[in-house]
Amino acid sequence: MNEIGLTHLLFVSIALFFIGVYGFLTRRNMITMLMSIELILNSVNINFIAFNKYLYANKLDGLFFTIFVITIAAAEAAVAIAIIINLYRNTRSIDVEDADTMKF
Amino acid sequence: MSASTIIFYILSALILGGGILAVTVRKIFRAAIFLLFSLIGIAGLYFYLNYEFIGAVQIVVYVGGIVVLIIFSVFLTHASGDDMNKPKLTRSIFSLLAAVFAFALTMSYVLKEQFVPTTQKAIEPNVTNIGTQMLSTSAHGYVLPFEVVSMLLLAAMIGCIVIAIKVKLPAHEVPSDIEDNRLMAASKDTLGSALTEQV
Amino acid sequence: MLNSGLIALIPLLPIISFILISLVGRKYFPKLCSAVATLAIFGSFILSLTVAYQYFFQVGKVNGIYQKLIPLKYVWLQFSPNVSIDMGILLDAISVMMIVVVTFISLMVHIYSMGYMKGEERYATYYSFLSLFTFSMLGLVLACNIFQIYIFWELVGVSSFLLIGYYFNKPSAVAAAKKAFIVTRFADLGFLIGILVLAYYSGTLDFQSMIGRLTSHSDQLSSITAASFMGISALTWGLLLVFIGGAGKSAMFPLHIWLPDAMEGPTPVSALIHAATMVVAGVYLVARLFPIFSISCPEALNVVAYVGIFSSFFAAIIACTQTDIKRVLAYSTMSQIGYMMFALGVSRYGGENGLGYMASMFHLFTHAMFKALLFLGAGSVIHYVHSNEMKDMGGLRKHMPITHITFLVACLAIAGIPPFAGFFSKEEILQAAFHANKMIFVIAIITAAITAFYMFRLYFSIFWNKTYVAHGHGHDDHHGEGTFTMKLPLVILGIMSIVAGFVPFSKLVTSDGLPLVTEFHISFSIAPVLLATGGILLALAFYKKENSKPQSMANGLGALYRSAYKKFYIDEIYLFITKKLVFNLIGRPAAWFDRNVIDGTINLVGNGTAGISNAIKTLQSGKMQQYASYFFTGVIAFVILFIYLWT
Repeated sequence: MNEIGLTHLLFVSIALFFIGVYGFLTRRNMITMLMSIELILNSVNINFIAFNKYLYANKLDGLFFTIFVITIAAAEAAVAIAIIINLYRNTRSIDVEDADTMKF
Repeated sequence: MSASTIIFYILSALILGGGILAVTVRKIFRAAIFLLFSLIGIAGLYFYLNYEFIGAVQIVVYVGGIVVLIIFSVFLTHASGDDMNKPKLTRSIFSLLAAVFAFALTMSYVLKEQFVPTTQKAIEPNVTNIGTQMLSTSAHGYVLPFEVVSMLLLAAMIGCIVIAIKVKLPAHEVPSDIEDNRLMAASKDTLGSALTEQV
Repeated sequence: MLNSGLIALIPLLPIISFILISLVGRKYFPKLCSAVATLAIFGSFILSLTVAYQYFFQVGKVNGIYQKLIPLKYVWLQFSPNVSIDMGILLDAISVMMIVVVTFISLMVHIYSMGYMKGEERYATYYSFLSLFTFSMLGLVLACNIFQIYIFWELVGVSSFLLIGYYFNKPSAVAAAKKAFIVTRFADLGFLIGILVLAYYSGTLDFQSMIGRLTSHSDQLSSITAASFMGISALTWGLLLVFIGGAGKSAMFPLHIWLPDAMEGPTPVSALIHAATMVVAGVYLVARLFPIFSISCPEALNVVAYVGIFSSFFAAIIACTQTDIKRVLAYSTMSQIGYMMFALGVSRYGGENGLGYMASMFHLFTHAMFKALLFLGAGSVIHYVHSNEMKDMGGLRKHMPITHITFLVACLAIAGIPPFAGFFSKEEILQAAFHANKMIFVIAIITAAITAFYMFRLYFSIFWNKTYVAHGHGHDDHHGEGTFTMKLPLVILGIMSIVAGFVPFSKLVTSDGLPLVTEFHISFSIAPVLLATGGILLALAFYKKENSKPQSMANGLGALYRSAYKKFYIDEIYLFITKKLVFNLIGRPAAWFDRNVIDGTINLVGNGTAGISNAIKTLQSGKMQQYASYFFTGVIAFVILFIYLWT
């Protein structure tokens, strides 16, 4: 435990974040975009927990933020799935390239 | 190289490997499973850091709820079997470069920074302390966000049901073929573009 | 003296009637509008008579000289401490005389139109236009400021346009209205430039101060005579340009082309506007600026004289050949106005030298009476015969007795037979010409003879010549000669044509305000009267009974007759100049420039904007991931900017 410093955890967190960003910008399927967003949110959670443990061990604020982020992520995922299903019913496709009617 | 270090590296490999695979594989079901692995890895990381409560929450909510939700939606949208479309090459190269560049930028800051841990007495992250602090109204109490989040969950629940509900149409308006919907949507699209073209 | 409020009512009553009729009367009380307008004019007439009586016989004279009175003056637009446009009323001998003439003739025309225009669909509109015209004319003659006269000048032009184009369904009427307006507007360009020249050098727009500065030995006079352009002094340019404006309105050659065509309007309109009032506006303008003309710039006055006499002679020749009775009267008007112009032109200022001025104003006064009578009589004839051409008339003396007698009176007056009014005024003019310029006198006296000839040609062709055969529908159950309202003005004007000559004009209206004693040289008057009688007898021989003498005379004169009949091709020359030269050389390039360069620039800006927007519209492609990429790139850029580059 002593050898694993904050920097290692931050590395994991940042790497996961940018993996999520890459996935969000690249994937064509709406559900996989949602998965990438979950990865991003989880990386943020790791970040909060890491800082809470290593720098602010006297408080639990990071933990609480993590709890709330998990909660909100769950709600947001549910709403997003509902929207995707609705969109699928109308246009029969979950390809995000097909949902481009709001353009010039 | 103690055992904890090795465990940490295995967990990290699981997390990052699962993540990378989740965003790159072509079949959607496999992507969901790789996401599952990644989330389990994260939960393991939380257990490794002695934050058991969060680890448990992670498994219950994320693994047991969100991934299941995602898999359900995969079923509902009939896309489980096929390969997904590949993104354009320029798009993936650009995103890769941007992500790598930003990662390097951020890491350079993190590596330069001197992190100073606090000298005060550490507080034990057990459920008692979490519960007490979450419902306290004092300076570091989180009762207000707690209540707000509960309302948010209610709103999300109602919203999801309203958005995703299947409206039963009167008998003569049932679309005989779903093709009508797509044609309708497509024609609306061309009409919209025709109007903007004229302008 | 009447208080200034009542004097202000003289022009204000017609404009109030115009507003009432055009806003309310046309829709709700169409038949009453004539009564409203006539009552307003009658009120103005009574007030004008009162003002005239008080001015000439009670308060106008100070130390034996008739003063210029200004009962009202409001500063309207102040350009600088010294220059402002004022609206006011200037009363002096000529303006008081003019308001009496204008309101009287207008009143006669209003009464006459009640019968002539009865049954017209736009009866109320006609009366509203008449009221507007009367207001404009009264404002013009009462102006105390040269810009005020210009404003009312243009208003008179507009009213004339509205009235000439009254029958707007006839294309010839519309064309005539346009022609009148454009020709007078073109002349008014000269007028405006003249105003600016005079105002710039004299430093004021007010008549009294301008005349004072430009007739005494002042700095303004020396500067304006010193400045010259192309060899002619600025004063001459200013006065000549102002005269061009006057010549346009008074139908002097070569700006006379609109007057014959203006006969397309209703005949009472011709009587009011194109005989008695509007066309004398040019003469009035020269008379108003007469001190400057005569004292400081006699060269301009010579131009006025020559233009006047040439127009007079020119019009007389053409009038001998025309067959439309209103055209004959139009050319006769042009000829008589030429008389007034050259009478002013040969006159000088003060005392005996100012005889021409007095004669011109006297002729204006008497001419208004008998010319209005001639036009209203012609209107009765046209109303009876339903045609303007002489060949459809003849032998009407039995059918229209009152019109016949009054028309004869008017013709005798215009021919200058004593004791009718025209004799006295023409005598004075010929006397002034004789003393100043013999050549002008000779041409004038020949023109007088020709005037007698063509007027009696007109008279005999209408009332004698043949026996009248009604054309078309039966006239026995006809309206007869005309209603009472049509006959009453004829009688009143007939009486005025007889007695107007006896007004002691030379004691009232002179160039410098001092009463003038005129003597009667019987020996002098014999020659013109004899020539006029000769003209009458020649017309009698040719036209009293139908014969072939006129036709053989016309054939004998050949080309001269033909070109006179075609009005000496002046209209064709104008058309050529405008269509071939102005349109092609100026109009088309200007239009090309407007379409291609100006519109092209604007279109270029528009198309450029559209092109740019087309190029960048793909930024909003509707694809969410593109938006996310831009967002992400933007955040990285901001991070780099703020961390590395922000100092």
